[in-house]
Amino acid sequence: MGVFGELLITAGVLVLAFLVWQLWWNDMVMAGQQSEAAAEISQTWIDEDRSSRDQAPAAPAATEPSKSAPVDFGEPVVGEAPSNAKSFAVLYVPRFGTDYHRSIAEGIGNDVLSSSRLGVGHYPGTQMPGEVGNFAVAAHRSANGGGMHLINELRLGDAIYVQTADGYYTYRFRDLEYVAPTEVAVLAPVPHDPDAAPVDRFITLTSCNPLLSTAERIIAYGVLEAWQPTSAGPPAEVAAVINAQAQG
Amino acid sequence: MYAALWRILPGPIWLRVVLVFLLIAVVLFTLATWVFPWVDAIVNNQEVTVGSP
Repeated sequence: MGVFGELLITAGVLVLAFLVWQLWWNDMVMAGQQSEAAAEISQTWIDEDRSSRDQAPAAPAATEPSKSAPVDFGEPVVGEAPSNAKSFAVLYVPRFGTDYHRSIAEGIGNDVLSSSRLGVGHYPGTQMPGEVGNFAVAAHRSANGGGMHLINELRLGDAIYVQTADGYYTYRFRDLEYVAPTEVAVLAPVPHDPDAAPVDRFITLTSCNPLLSTAERIIAYGVLEAWQPTSAGPPAEVAAVINAQAQG
Repeated sequence: MYAALWRILPGPIWLRVVLVFLLIAVVLFTLATWVFPWVDAIVNNQEVTVGSP
């Protein structure tokens, strides 16, 4: 076998090694780093809330998640959109894994989506969590932490939790849609009806489809079901994850 | 190319095998630490967002 043949084989092995690194090793490393960063910021908000209530004891005491009828906390608090690449929310989707959590940051550039501390990006100009309209976010389907690897596994009624400094927003997954990459109408306050006045509070997740391709986009829609302030504690389904962060 | 490398390596066969594995480890570490991230930044065109082209 000549040197040329050996070079060709070497090139093939290098390409394979790169794919293993990109789709498995680096994906796994980044997923871990992104989860860790999300846990940190989540814990910061809980600690800040606790210390602010310690200083102002007049505020109602924290209630344990009660098993009786759900408390109505009124209109959801809507935060301000931060500057680009700044993290302002944490996403929890039990269907993606019971301990799945990722930071949501402002912007959809590679500085957010391919960052080892962020991973999920909020479309600038779309609404914020809890706001009437459409809270639209994007994440990688594979590699770079693969924030939405299992987006196609979502089932009707699956919970999508968004935590911010203000509290917890519980969305319920409604349906999936497959669109062309230019279909910006999915981001409208009322998806596909840009002129309509919004009434509902939607969340929209976008990623690429099919897996490992960029030919289409996969879109997941959810509707806000409930809101609770940080002082009320996390929703039962994600309480274990969030409390584990506190100890870890 | 690889035959020449094998001849250059010193010692008995077991030592050469160990050295080959060490070389592979060094090459893989270099690739994963510096080369692959650089390549990834160049070829990474995984579009996950919707938007006007």
